[in-house]
Amino acid sequence: MKWLQDQPAWIRWPIYALLGILLLTVVQSVSDTERLTATPTSREMLRWAVPIFLAGLGGLFSERAGVVNIGLEGMLILGMWFGAWGSIEYGPWIGLAIGMAGGAIGGALHAIATVTFGVDHIISGVAINILAPAITRYLSDEIWASPTTSPSTESVGDWDVPFLAGGTIFGWESPDILLTIDKWEWWFVSDVATLLRGLLRGTHWVAIIAILLVPATSWLLWRTRFGLRLRIAGENPSAGAAQGIDIVRYKYVAVIISGALAGLGGAFISTELSGLFQGGNSAGRGFIGLAALIFGNWRPGGVLIGALLFGYVFGLDLKDLDGTASHALLLVNTIVLVGVAAWAITRKRKADAILATILGALAFIWWVAAEAVPNWWSNILPYVLVLLVLVFFAQRLRMPAALGQPFRKGDT
Amino acid sequence: MRRFLFAAAAPVGALVVTLIITSIALILFGSNPLEAYGDMISHASKLETQVDILNRATPYYLSAIAAAIGFRMNLFNIGVEGQYLFALLIAAQVGSLVALPQVFHILLIMTVAMAVGAAYAGIAGVLKVTRGVNEVISTIMLNSIAISGLIALLQQRWQADQENFTSTTLGTNPIDESGLMPNINGLLEIFTRDIGQGKELTGVLLIAILVGVAYHLLLTRMRFGFDLRASGLNPFAARAGGVPPKQMIVAAMCLSGAVAGLIGMVELADTGKFSPNPIKGLGFGGIAVALLGRNHPGGMVLSALLFAFLDVSSGILQNTEAATKEIVNIMQGIVLLVAVVAYGVTKRIQTREEARATAEALRATEPAEVVA
Repeated sequence: MKWLQDQPAWIRWPIYALLGILLLTVVQSVSDTERLTATPTSREMLRWAVPIFLAGLGGLFSERAGVVNIGLEGMLILGMWFGAWGSIEYGPWIGLAIGMAGGAIGGALHAIATVTFGVDHIISGVAINILAPAITRYLSDEIWASPTTSPSTESVGDWDVPFLAGGTIFGWESPDILLTIDKWEWWFVSDVATLLRGLLRGTHWVAIIAILLVPATSWLLWRTRFGLRLRIAGENPSAGAAQGIDIVRYKYVAVIISGALAGLGGAFISTELSGLFQGGNSAGRGFIGLAALIFGNWRPGGVLIGALLFGYVFGLDLKDLDGTASHALLLVNTIVLVGVAAWAITRKRKADAILATILGALAFIWWVAAEAVPNWWSNILPYVLVLLVLVFFAQRLRMPAALGQPFRKGDT
Repeated sequence: MRRFLFAAAAPVGALVVTLIITSIALILFGSNPLEAYGDMISHASKLETQVDILNRATPYYLSAIAAAIGFRMNLFNIGVEGQYLFALLIAAQVGSLVALPQVFHILLIMTVAMAVGAAYAGIAGVLKVTRGVNEVISTIMLNSIAISGLIALLQQRWQADQENFTSTTLGTNPIDESGLMPNINGLLEIFTRDIGQGKELTGVLLIAILVGVAYHLLLTRMRFGFDLRASGLNPFAARAGGVPPKQMIVAAMCLSGAVAGLIGMVELADTGKFSPNPIKGLGFGGIAVALLGRNHPGGMVLSALLFAFLDVSSGILQNTEAATKEIVNIMQGIVLLVAVVAYGVTKRIQTREEARATAEALRATEPAEVVA
């Protein structure tokens, strides 16, 4: 374990991912489901994770600059509407840009309220969450004569990775290596291949952009002068101001970027996933993005992991009509909770250990007692997961020091 | 007087700005704003519409008080929505199982609703004090858990008639007449003419007034209310003054949830069961009403009436086609956002004036010390 922690991130995370898949494979070998490591599951995971991740990354920009952004949900909804409208009027790529602009308008409103006028960040966010659906209902009704649905939109499409997942290059169909490995049906190896294939086949362009945003954001925020100044605005704005940094401007830029990213997530939902704007389709993914941000400890890679984790549970639920896969997931929960309990014991955290053991025992009893889990449980599992993650890890996280505090020019 | 002007300037200003913005939005899409506002006002001047407005303002007001109890100590109970729907479902089911004399039946249903709301909100409070989980995120997650999980499950299980799904049998078993809060048309008719069109003024209005008075007394006359406000203003000072912060958080969340439990009583008195599609959005609306009314018991009356008026007006706009009915939601959203900004501005002006006044007073009394 110590060795693993010393490795650079690009070695560490793939190993963690492999360990996670190993756990899923082990559980799957003792249960009557194949969906835990099926290609549709990982594809669905990515589809769910992208908007969650984009919203979470939006939250990252805003909160790194010290502005709590609970209005992400509203900005995502604005992005959903403007993305759909732009796609219908001007085509899919411009549609995405217009969706981002729509989200950015929401971000600008949040910045004006919180940064310029010193409104409490959560209050302003709540106001935006109430205003945004109202705006989209009104605009939909005026433009599409229906408050909740738009005509169908055009999507920017997807891409099969050549060689690995059988994509075509200049009309020539490359071999589908992962499918071949999948067909060998080797224990674990084929499972990894199937899951990977779901990520690499029919991959939305926006998903690829979203993944590329992880290194891009890390570089921007931790390796450039712009990023350093943005983070000063969230850690110690007075010190930054004393150095002559225009803190207000950096906060504005950060919150507007935040809205644009949430808007891109929203545009992805309407134009790529559902193929039309539909009120309520956001399904709270802006809020879950916020949870992914907390889970990821305010770091881009962490946000992605959080989004994929929540996306996996959502995606599995969608593909799991008879509840057997969610039933197998109970065993995964048990094992993970036992792991958490063991970790808590080594850290001498008695309360954590007891709580994890009790919850793990409950999950195990349920797993033994039932053949399948009912629909309602798989519906709420993602939200329960968010709560559980926060219950065990909320106190270990480090948020930006001046998060949520008002800043006024000239204050010391 | 000056204080009153300060307090009134922001909401009135916000209303004016909202009217300007919505007028622009209406003109952009070819509607005549004056015609739309005219229709809304003439509709609202009818007694029957006023009954509708009061019926809608009642749950908004209760919801606003639920949110305001949290806001007063910097707790953001975003979960009012889930709390009231869950409480409504359990209360409807319990109410349908028993037969009691009217007063006890109604009291039982209300007590159950408040207890369920308090317990569900309490989870977020306990998570906050024991595990440091931010209540904003936890109440949002608890909303989703209640609405798409617990309610969906129990609604199926308690469906009254398991075989025939017609629109009249959908929902939980109906509650006996004795469990339904009677309407108070008679009370209103003392002052006015008879209410027509089969409209009924909800009896829960009286409960809402009681809750409003209790909220006022709690904050101004009671030790607990003082502790609550002190913890909100400065938790460290409150703690030094002997206010236990953890207990206060859990207590405030539970109290907030208990009031939230009452929101559904308006609908329950009307339908007598948990219908498959209960009125949603009252929880989030209540947060808006509380923010607009600045958590003040009187201010929230006005903002609840405003929100209810806008809700009820959407119907008439649809009928007369003077404007798209969705404009009322825009008005609610804009008036909220503009108002919170306006409150931020007035607060700054006020602080600056106070600072100046204090500085002047100091200069007048202690000139020597300033020089030294």
